[in-house]
Order: sequence, then C-alpha cells, then structure tokens
Amino acid sequence: MDMDLLTNIFYAMIRTGTPLLLVALGELVCEKTGVLNLGQEGMMLFGAVIGFIVAFASGNLWLGVLFACLAGVLLSLLFAMVALGFNANQVATGLALTIFGVGLSSFVGASWVGKPLAGFEPIAIPLLSEIPVIGRMLFAQDLLVYLSFALFALVAWVLLKSRIGLIIQAVGENPNAASAMGLPVLRVRTLAVMFGGGMAGLAGGYMSLAYTPMWAENMTAGRGWIALALVVFASWRVSRVLLGAYLFGLASILHLVAQGLGLAIPGNLLAMLPYVATILVLVLLSRDAIRTRLYAPVSLGQPWQPGH
Amino acid sequence: MLLSLQPRGEASRAMLWFSPLLAALLTLLSGALLFALLGHPPLETLKVLLIDPLGDLYGVSELLVKALPILLCALGLAVVYNARIWNIGAEGQLLIGALAGSALAVNIIDWDSRWALVLTLLLGTLGGAAWAGLCAWLKTAFNANEILTSIMLNYIALNLLLFAVHGPLKDPEGFNFPESAMFGDATRLPELIEGLRVHGGFYFALLALVVVWVLLQKSFLGFQIKVLGLDKRAAGFVGFRDKKLVWIALLISGGLAGLAGVAEVAGPIGQLVPQVSPGYGYAAITVAFLGRLNPIGIVFASLLMALLYLGGENAQMAANLPQSITQLFQGMVLFFLLACDVLILYRPRLKLWARKPALVSAKEAPAT
Amino acid sequence: MPESQTAHLKLCGITKQYPGCLANDRIDLSIQPGEIHALLGENGAGKSTLMKIIYGVTQPDAGEIHWQGERVTMRDPAQARERGIGMVFQHFSLFETLSVAENIALALGAKAGTPKQLEPKIREVSQRYGMPLEPQRLVHSLSIGERQRVEIIRCLMQDIRLLILDEPTSVLTPQEADELFVTLRRLAAEGCSILFISHKLNEVRALCQSATVLRAGRVSGECVPAECSDLELARLMVGDAEGLEAEYPKSEGRAPFLRVERLSWHNADPFGVSLEEVDLEVRAGEIVGIAGVAGNGQDELLALLSGEQRLPAAQAMHIRILGDDVAHLRPDARRRHGMAFVPAERLGHGAVPSMSLADNGLLTAYQQTGMVEQGMIRRGKVRAFAEQVIQRFAVKTPDAQTPAASLSGGNLQKFILGREILQQPKLLIAAHPTWGVDVGAAAAIHRALIELRDAGAAILVISEDLEELFQISDRIAALSDGRLSPQRATASTCPVEVGRWMAGQFDTSDTPVSTSAA
Repeated sequence: MDMDLLTNIFYAMIRTGTPLLLVALGELVCEKTGVLNLGQEGMMLFGAVIGFIVAFASGNLWLGVLFACLAGVLLSLLFAMVALGFNANQVATGLALTIFGVGLSSFVGASWVGKPLAGFEPIAIPLLSEIPVIGRMLFAQDLLVYLSFALFALVAWVLLKSRIGLIIQAVGENPNAASAMGLPVLRVRTLAVMFGGGMAGLAGGYMSLAYTPMWAENMTAGRGWIALALVVFASWRVSRVLLGAYLFGLASILHLVAQGLGLAIPGNLLAMLPYVATILVLVLLSRDAIRTRLYAPVSLGQPWQPGH
Repeated sequence: MLLSLQPRGEASRAMLWFSPLLAALLTLLSGALLFALLGHPPLETLKVLLIDPLGDLYGVSELLVKALPILLCALGLAVVYNARIWNIGAEGQLLIGALAGSALAVNIIDWDSRWALVLTLLLGTLGGAAWAGLCAWLKTAFNANEILTSIMLNYIALNLLLFAVHGPLKDPEGFNFPESAMFGDATRLPELIEGLRVHGGFYFALLALVVVWVLLQKSFLGFQIKVLGLDKRAAGFVGFRDKKLVWIALLISGGLAGLAGVAEVAGPIGQLVPQVSPGYGYAAITVAFLGRLNPIGIVFASLLMALLYLGGENAQMAANLPQSITQLFQGMVLFFLLACDVLILYRPRLKLWARKPALVSAKEAPAT
Repeated sequence: MPESQTAHLKLCGITKQYPGCLANDRIDLSIQPGEIHALLGENGAGKSTLMKIIYGVTQPDAGEIHWQGERVTMRDPAQARERGIGMVFQHFSLFETLSVAENIALALGAKAGTPKQLEPKIREVSQRYGMPLEPQRLVHSLSIGERQRVEIIRCLMQDIRLLILDEPTSVLTPQEADELFVTLRRLAAEGCSILFISHKLNEVRALCQSATVLRAGRVSGECVPAECSDLELARLMVGDAEGLEAEYPKSEGRAPFLRVERLSWHNADPFGVSLEEVDLEVRAGEIVGIAGVAGNGQDELLALLSGEQRLPAAQAMHIRILGDDVAHLRPDARRRHGMAFVPAERLGHGAVPSMSLADNGLLTAYQQTGMVEQGMIRRGKVRAFAEQVIQRFAVKTPDAQTPAASLSGGNLQKFILGREILQQPKLLIAAHPTWGVDVGAAAAIHRALIELRDAGAAILVISEDLEELFQISDRIAALSDGRLSPQRATASTCPVEVGRWMAGQFDTSDTPVSTSAA
C-alpha cells in the first residue's frame, strides 16, 4: 500500500466514524443514567431528513444542522414521555421510536429524494494538514468533524471530571438511592435522553449535509444500531467510544482497502463487513459477563418511578 | 406535571385489551390530523387508506396475502417475546427463508413432483430457523445481546440476498435484472381460489396459529418459556434449562419467519427478487405487541397491519401520498399502545381535580 | 422525661395514608438534645414511614413537625440536612462504583466542595469518632460494616443535631454493634440527638434512654427501656399475638441426610463471596441453623445447595444426599432426591410476581405426578394443589388465581413454604424464612418447620436473625467470609459464642464436624 492510499484510508476512516461517534456519545450519556434508548436509528434518520430539508430550503447549512439536532431532540422527547413518564418498557419504546422515525423520515422526505445539495466542504488547517498521513486525517476535515472532536472532549470532561458526571453515574447505578439523596432522577434522565436525541439528530445531519449531501430513505443504514453496539464495545467508557467509532469507520471503508490491494470482492459482500464486525465485537466483549456487569450502569433499561 | 399516575396495585385486565383499541383509535385521530395538516381531506383520506382497499373480493384476498407473512412472523415473535428474548431479526430470518428456498427452487424448475414444493418450503423454514439459531448461539455461548445481533443479521441477510440476485441466483436469461428465474409450477404454492392471489400458505398459517396457541396456552414448554421471560431467577431456581429454552424459542421464531419468506417467493411472487419483503418482519414486531403476544390477538393485529399495507399502496395511487405512510402508522400505533399501556398498571389522575391523594379501598392495597 | 429544655424534635399528630393502609396515625414523639431515643415496632408498624417524614422524603397528610422549637415543613432531604438532620438508611444509599469521597461529595452538594477537597475532613471525622476509613476507596470494595461507616460519616461531616439510624445493627455482628454504640454515645454526649430504629430489644435496652413503641401505625406506648422486661416491650409491639414466647423442644436428629464435605467454590464475581472448605451435616429429624451477617456467603452456599450453581461432575462428591453425589445436579434433579428449597427473596426468586398462585405452585411442584401429562399442563390438578396449600397453611388470598405479587409478605411466605412442604421433602433448605413477616405468620412458619422436622425431615435454615435460630434450630453454626464455623448443639452454646463465629473467630481444623459413623 502506498502512502497516498494510507492517507486516504485514514481520512475516510474519520469521516465514516464521525456519525457513529456522535450517536454513540449521545447514547453513552443516556445509558450512563440508566436509560436504554434503542431509537437511535429513527432519531438519526429524522435528523437527517429535517436537516436536509431546512438546509435546502434556506440555503443555510448551519440552520440545517441546528434543525437536525432539534428534530432528534423532538423525537427523544416522545421516548422520554412514554418510557420515563409512563414507565413503559424501554426496549419496546426504543423499537417503536425507530419504526416511527424510519416511517416519519420516509414520509416527510418523500419528495426530497435525490435532490442535490452543496454540503459541508473540508477545510484544511494550514501547516498542520500537511503533516504526512495524519495531517489530512485530523486537520483537513469539514467543520462538523471538528465539532465532533470538541463534543467528544466536552462529554469526556463532563463524565470524568465534573459533578454532573458524578450525578449521572449515581442516577444510573441506583436511582432509588439517588432520589433519596434528593437528586432529580427523572429530570436527569430526561435531559440525558434529550442530549442523546440531539446527538443522534446531529449525526443524521452530518450524514445528509456533509457525508453524502443528499437525502435517501434509510440512508443511515443501521448506523444507529451499530452505535448501540459500540457503547457495549466501549464498556461504557468514553475514550473507548472514540476508538470504537473509528475502528467501525475503518470496517465500513474496507472496500477502499480491498481496491488498494487489488481484490475483486462483490460490493454486497463488502457491505456486510461493518455488521459482521459488530457481531464479532459483541461476541468478543460480551463473553465475559462479569466484565459487562462491572461497567454497565446497574439500572440500565429498568423502568423507575419516584416514590414507590 | 398536570397528570399524575397512581399505581393500581394490580394489573387491570380490562385495560389489557382496551389499550390496543385505544391506541388504534388515537392513531386514526392523529392520522386524520396529519392529513388535514397536509391539505388532504381527513375522512376521505382515511377511507382511501382503510376502507377502499377492501371494496371487493380481490381486496380481501390481497389482505390475506399481506397478512400471511406478517402473521407467521408475529406468531414466532410471540414465542420469543414471551421469553423476553428481543428478536428483532424476523425480517432477516424471512429473507434468508426466501433465499434458501429459492436456492433450491431455481435448481429444480423442471421437477413435476409435489416434493419440489415440500422441499422448498422445508429448506426455507430451516434457513430462517438457522438464521435465528445464529442469534441463539451467539446469546447462549457468548452472552451477546440478541437485539443487536439479530438486527445486524438483518442487514447481513439483506446484503446476502442482494448478492444472490446480482450473482449466483440471477436469471441468466433475465436481461441482467437482479432477479432469479421464475420457479417451476411444482414449486409454487397453489392459489386457493382461481384468479385470486391468496394461496396455500394460508393453511400453514392456520396450522402455525394452532401450534403456537397450544404451545403458549396449554403446554409445559410454553409455561417454562413464560417463566423464563417473567423471572429469570425463578426459572433458574427450579432448574429450567434456560439455554435450551432460548434455542427452542428462537428456532421456532426463525422457522416461522423463514416459512413466511419462502411462502412469499413460492406463492405470490414466484421468483426471488430484491424486494421480497416491504418490512414484514419489522411490522410483525408491532403486531406482536399490539396482539399482546397472544396468538388470537395477533391474528387481528396482523389483519390490521395488512390493511395498512394495502391502504398505503392505495393512498399512493389514489391520494398521491407516499407509501411510507404504512410505516408511519405502524410506528404511531406502537407508540400509542405503549403510552396507553400505562393505564394497565396506573390510574391517571389530573392534578387539577385531586389535590390530595384519594383514599383507595383496602382491596386494592399494593404488595407489601 | 422532664421538658427542661426545648426538645430538638417534636412531632404532633403525624398522619400518613397510603393507598390501602394508614401507615401513621396521629403520632406524637419528642426527642431532647443529647437523648438517644428508640423507635420500636415490628415490620410494617410504620417506623419507616415516620422517619421518612422526619427526613423529608415523604410529606405527612396531617400533623406538625417542630424543630428546635419552631414549626417547620421538611420539603425534601436536602432541607432536612440543612437543618442538621442526618439519616442512615437500612439499605444503604451508597453508589458502589463511586469512591467514598465521591459518595460524600454527592450527598453534601456542590457547595461543600469537590471530592478531593473533602478528603482531609473525611479523614479527620473518621478518626475522631473511631471509624477508620480511606476516602479514595471504591465503595464496592468495602465491607458492609465499613459502608455503614460511610453513611454515618456522611452525616457527621455537617453540623449534626439529629441522627436517625434505621435498623443499623441488622448488618453488624454483635461485636461490631458494640463498637457502633460507643460512637453513638460519644455523639450524644456532644449534644446530638439520636433516633434509633430497631426491633431488637436487648440493644434498645443497652443504648437508649427512652423509647416510643409503634403498632399498626399508632403509638402503642412510651417507656424507659431499661425498666421494662422483654415481654412487656414485645406486648407493646405486637399486642397479644400468640407465639411470642413459643419454645420448641430440641431434637437430636437421626442418620445424616445431607453431607457437605470440604466444599470450596471460587466466585468469579468481584462483588461476591467465595466459599472455603465448608463442612456441614444435616440429619433427618433435626433443624440446623446457619447464622451470619448478610453477604458472608449465604447466597452462594444456598445456590450451591439448591443447584442454581452447579459444580463440575468431578467435584460432585462435595455435596451428598444419603451417599449419592449431587453437587453436579440441576435443581430439578436434586428435587427428585427429596430436596426442597425456600429462597431468601420471595418475589422474583421463590415466586414469579405476576403469575397466579396456581402457576407458582406448578413452578416447583410440576414433578408431582399428574400436573404435567405428555407435555401438557393439567389445569385442574394445578389449581387443586394450590388450593390445598392455601387451605392447609391458612394463606389469606381471594383465590388461587391471584397473582403472587398482590399477597402480603407473610401470606406469600406461607404459600411458598406450604408449596414445598406438601411435596413431602426429605430435606428442606430455607433462607430467611421469616424475614419481613409479621409475628403471627412467623409463628405459623416456625410451627410448620418444627412439624416437618418431627415428621422426620432434615431442615437447614439460613437466617440473619440469631433469636430465631436459637428458638428453632437444634444445632447451629455461622458463616463468616465464606467459611463455616463448627456446628454445635444450640442448647450448649450461646449468642455471644455464635456472635464470635459470625465475626470469623473460629477454627475449623481441630473440631471434627461429625462424630457419627459414615
């Protein structure tokens, strides 16, 4: 493999990993408070279609990004109402959110399929972007990728260093004790779900405004689900979410590698790779149930209502 | 919050069945509102969506054609979901069933024997079961979360199917369309009524209905599956073989989905095409919940869902609405169902009327 | 008690209604500065509700709270803490994945400082009150006694005027409890009031100057504990319920039925306990009691005995029934050997909460002939079995179709125990059989166990309640950190000795377990 190919692969790895990183960071925060939201795929798609429509209609990409986030938050509030407010099964509610989000996005976006849009362009940072291999990977990306770096730093700081991080950890481990201590469990969880929704919407917006600037039905192709696996892969640790997102990004662009190596493998088989990789990762990481128990938020997925 | 929830103490049986009806009603209302907002006459559009498709015998036949795969998948899901194994993979299991059946069918186009159909259906069923068996293996041997593995297997199944119709199973005389050759007549499920598309798969669905009903309502195996789902520790305490139960439940579920898939290609479609399923496997999830994981409830729910599919097609032609309205309604009805289910365990109270918690009779005291 | 100074806390007519039960009915209570005041009452008497009201967790429907002479409302725990009220819960409100300092910082609020800033003060307070504690340790690595210290120190970090302790000694060995009392007396001497919630009469008498007794939500009496006999106090707590003074004749037991020999098991779970060389013998016609503070290997021992945790076939001989190796068998196979089990948790382990009593009967009794035929459930027989249990053991329930979760603890326990007894087991293993059960049901359960013993069954009871074990068991031992003490005839030992065993002070090597011929 020559240098150029390597540079390209690393560059594409970050681009492909970015939407995964964004969703997974949101879901990580959400799961840390004990809420399992399987609706990521639905929120992403809705974010993607709304972001696209707003950007297309207004001609302003950032307005599109903003509305993509808001769209994700809006759907997440539905989840919060049913799963947190009404105490419904979180698995079923998350599934409902995905089914609903897929339908809603197709419905809303029906007349926008295939329209062209000038999306976010890479912006190279002078000097830094000229470093061999990693220069292009880290310093010649579009603004949303830079934003994802910042959001990663923010989430990492909040979870690991701040009092909010302690509260999130406490609520996720033992909502009863947290509530007895006077922490507003449902409010913390609702905010976390909303943050997850915003991040998923943003990830969707990244897909339709930067990664492939257009709208197509189901364009996220399971990335919301892969992000859920990624949080398991990361054992709920933020630094490993970053690592995992880019590893999965790499798995999704293996066709580039295959081309580079001169292999002729049918596209449909290569397209399976990220999904196969997800399963492999789940197998490798879940085998040790004790380990999962050590890191998984104790109350994950369990309905909770105050005062019973 | 204006609305406050009071625990009933005991699940309300009436609400258990009232909630799906309420959810359906709320979905209709929201649908009407949505149509009005989009500038379509609401009642007219609902009629186009839900009543017009059933205008004639052909419509009823089409309803059954669409209901069959949904029913088969949902019956299987009722079994796994009773064990609280969240198999989201009915779609993939259906596709693999279609693929496995087709792999045989295109090679025996010339057969006259009825065995052609039997073997094709069997292979399809086994294919679906094997695909679900993968989930069971990953779960029992590696503790891998079945929600994620089954959904990943859906994407893999779809890509396998696409690979097959673009490659090994592509009809050599098909003008390079990504489709298999048409199956031989001996491999096709016969039409039940001349000229209508409703086919022999109907009998299989009836059979599956009876088997699943007996399994869940009457058999000790079904009892064990339910205990495993409700209370894993209690199941372990009495020594039920949890791994075996996971395998059995998933194999049944996958087998039924596989049968649904192969019955589609051997029935109405007659060949393997990329669009074997317009999301029947996902629709079955909604149907299973809407039918309360009860075989009889699921029959009604799958008819409703099939109607939504038909209506979606009709709405596209007659009212120029996107066909995805089907999925939109699917999501809505499931959401409303989950929201209405709060009424089973809780009594809603508007804080406006009841500032102080009302005294509840001792009969309804919560568990202590 | 003379009202020489303003009471720290004074409650007047506190009333709290829950759906279906009047938890507190016009309760009056007052505590002076520096007073150690006991709140006595059995399970369900309304103690927990009352202290939650004092601590602001719940609001009373009627009544007044006076704090240092002023009428106040306790909106939430934060407000209670601001006023100098601290509380140590029975089920600790600690976060296992956080460190001691992080836990304390979280409870004290943002103003108190970061975990790092709090560390010196935590060290200082813990030393001053004789409760050594390392602030940086993660809570899940602490023993239960140490966790309780975290809770107490968390309260002492502030200017504390009233400390409420909910059944604090239930998780301690008798010796640890004595150490706790030293700390509490020192606190009281500094002027802090203490509200000590308990149902253990001897402790209350040793520690408290005054007591308020609750029964069924009402104050049934106030007294100076040191001047009252056990029986007087117990009468106040439970009224004239029978079984208060029940004494059962001890039994010798006959041939060994269950033999556990050098049973060791490594627990891969870092939060769990590993068992070391456990030797145990239960004979037909006797009750063996196993004492111990929770978390010393009881759950693990029970899982190994019931078959929920199996050993590889090569180690099958570590548990034997009448000479048959069974340690590798599943629970259903062990039941075929005549074993029956009553687990510690009734709901979610011993019974499926949302299933009917009939189905819960089927759950363990399905191997009884006739309930399942050719894979199909015979509903009539299932219902008949449940109805028989309900009748024989006086289970209060509308019918056999009632979900297990809607029964009271005592009634469900009677059903579960009856379900096992009707299967005519040769060995019954019961964990905490009367935990959280009212006195009447507890007496009924004890009588049923004695009756089963007298019918010739071998019985093993694991319990945290020493009093109960001395009452019903013929021989007794204690678990401590995964090791089992020698077993001794109950009549020839005393609570102090068993207390020492609970603290791990025993030597198994020089006391042969069994003298009977193999």
